[in-house]
Amino acid sequence: MKAVERDYLDYIDETSLPLMWCPGCGDGNILKALAGAFAALGLRREEIVVVTGIGCWGKADDYLRTNAIHGTHGRALAVATGVKAFRPDLKVLALMGDGDCATIGGNHFIHAARRNIGVTAVVANNFNYGMTGGQYSGTTPAGSKTATSPFGHAEDGFDLCALAEAAGADFVARTTVYHYKQMERLFAEALQEPGFSLVEVVSPCPTYFGRFNGQGEAVKMWRSLKDRARAVGPEGAGGKPGPAGSGGPSEPIVTGCLVRRRRPSFAERYAEVQRLARAESGEGGEPDAR
Amino acid sequence: MPRVSFLQGNEAVLEGALAAGARFYAGYPITPSSEIAEGAARRLPALGGVFIQMEDEIGSMAALVGASLAGAKAFTATSGPGFSLMQENIGLAVMLEAPCVVIDVMRSGPSTGLATKPAQADIMQARWGTHGDHPALALAPGGVAECFDLTVAAFNLAERLRTPVFVLSDEIIGHMREKVVLPDPGELEIWERPRPSGDPADYRPYRPGADGVPALGPLGSPYILHATSSMHDERGVSANDAPTAAATIARLVGKVRAAAELLPRPEIVATGPADRRVLLVAVGSSARTARQVTLDHPERGFTLFRPRTVWPFPEAELSALVEEHAAVVVVEMNTGQLVREVERVVAGRRPVAGALRSDGEIITPEEVWDVVTSLRGRG
Repeated sequence: MKAVERDYLDYIDETSLPLMWCPGCGDGNILKALAGAFAALGLRREEIVVVTGIGCWGKADDYLRTNAIHGTHGRALAVATGVKAFRPDLKVLALMGDGDCATIGGNHFIHAARRNIGVTAVVANNFNYGMTGGQYSGTTPAGSKTATSPFGHAEDGFDLCALAEAAGADFVARTTVYHYKQMERLFAEALQEPGFSLVEVVSPCPTYFGRFNGQGEAVKMWRSLKDRARAVGPEGAGGKPGPAGSGGPSEPIVTGCLVRRRRPSFAERYAEVQRLARAESGEGGEPDAR
Repeated sequence: MPRVSFLQGNEAVLEGALAAGARFYAGYPITPSSEIAEGAARRLPALGGVFIQMEDEIGSMAALVGASLAGAKAFTATSGPGFSLMQENIGLAVMLEAPCVVIDVMRSGPSTGLATKPAQADIMQARWGTHGDHPALALAPGGVAECFDLTVAAFNLAERLRTPVFVLSDEIIGHMREKVVLPDPGELEIWERPRPSGDPADYRPYRPGADGVPALGPLGSPYILHATSSMHDERGVSANDAPTAAATIARLVGKVRAAAELLPRPEIVATGPADRRVLLVAVGSSARTARQVTLDHPERGFTLFRPRTVWPFPEAELSALVEEHAAVVVVEMNTGQLVREVERVVAGRRPVAGALRSDGEIITPEEVWDVVTSLRGRG
């Protein structure tokens, strides 16, 4: 039972508005849905730690009144791992783009999922580096044009959800910025998971990726997200999802909760390590440093 | 009761860290530092602390920053290649003012180099390894007992000044065994980071206190933290204007400069006759060679100047000694790093020579003596 009824604006720093993102960007929607999920769960601002990387979505901390650490490019999950390992009682999130999470920070991503540490990764995937002018990232589909693939990209992109599942994440979901209600619900579900959770949010970049690839104006890109989404059941019924897609306007985007399982989290396993260590040392242990 | 132990340098570092209150270690295995990680993995959990072996040294240093802001006294240990990978987030620790301690057990490079052999070639990496203008604070133990003492000092300085502090050990110091008297916990002076007080609504996470150091509540406290690697104002919100940038850099560098009286002092030992005395400057294991030279030649006058704090370099103490000496010899296991700093301080007043070696072998007293006599021949 919630002690206090909360509103998403309780978590938003209105003095920092207006948002810095381009017209037609989806990041503002993700921000509101995230704050909405905090409110729905009745979280106190001081128990939330938002770690951000570098990039457009990495600027989200500027608008939040929760604890926030704006770190280095690709390292948000590693910083978040340090916070969560020492303070498992806090709600710890890592907000990253596809450059941060799937590219420069890919190693931290697979290992955070493998150790099943209770961090919620919110990845805004717009298939390119918006902040630096639209270069290709680890999710850019083959053939796509970007500032650094002017003749079409010569590599395939990652399917982030499949990668997280293979690496061991307990909760894996995909949504789009168009599907606000689903996005807010998936954030709230992810935040309640004891293990590692990923919510991939497909987002349009009309300024670069959309323009370079002839996907039209922002409204057309948003409409395309609506039309291409294929929701699956809560347990992934509907078959194995493919990559989030963005290569062509007809390619479906499989959304919803794709993986939900319950492996022991890092916090649970390390509490057992601490218990065994105390028993072996014969010490009651010194008072907990926390 | 103080405990008398016979420890490796790396073991003494761990004892010092635990005595200082360290409760978080994130690291990646690397020779010749791994004993510190293995000891932390064994000892921390029983103390309610956390050991985590990260996927690389980049992630290790990032996790240190996160745990530090979450309230932990946090540390890691590495060697040259890992220290290089840590540099990115050492800068993050500087900018976020996240207290932490990095032990660099130096080995021979470049790259994989002579992975099991000693060197002192990270002296400048410790000073300038991370990009941008920043302060550097590095301590260099000269033996196993000092591995304990200076690790405690490193944590104290890191917490009080809210900045990363390095302990520059080397493969010889890290792996040799000596007697150490471990004090009772109550005997040690332990410093903590400044904590905020007053109304949390008025808390500004980057408003400096009187000594230039802002107060930090652990994450989860009512004092909500906003920290950013971007240039920022007192609220911890990014700010791109030149006056804010100038003031922030000046404060980050200045808080360390202003703390000179808190830093471990150099050891200064004069031996032999006072005339035509030679000043020997060395840190860590090379200082042990330099000391042997003074013992082997009691007929000659020497002063051994051994900085315990390498960065900031103890230039005032060294400068005061220069003119009562005929020449200066710097002993170090590299192709010449500390010697440049010494030349800067001596500023042409006396000849300066390096007794240098960078082949993974310790410098012998005879090699140093050859340099001393060559200088005397000239003088």
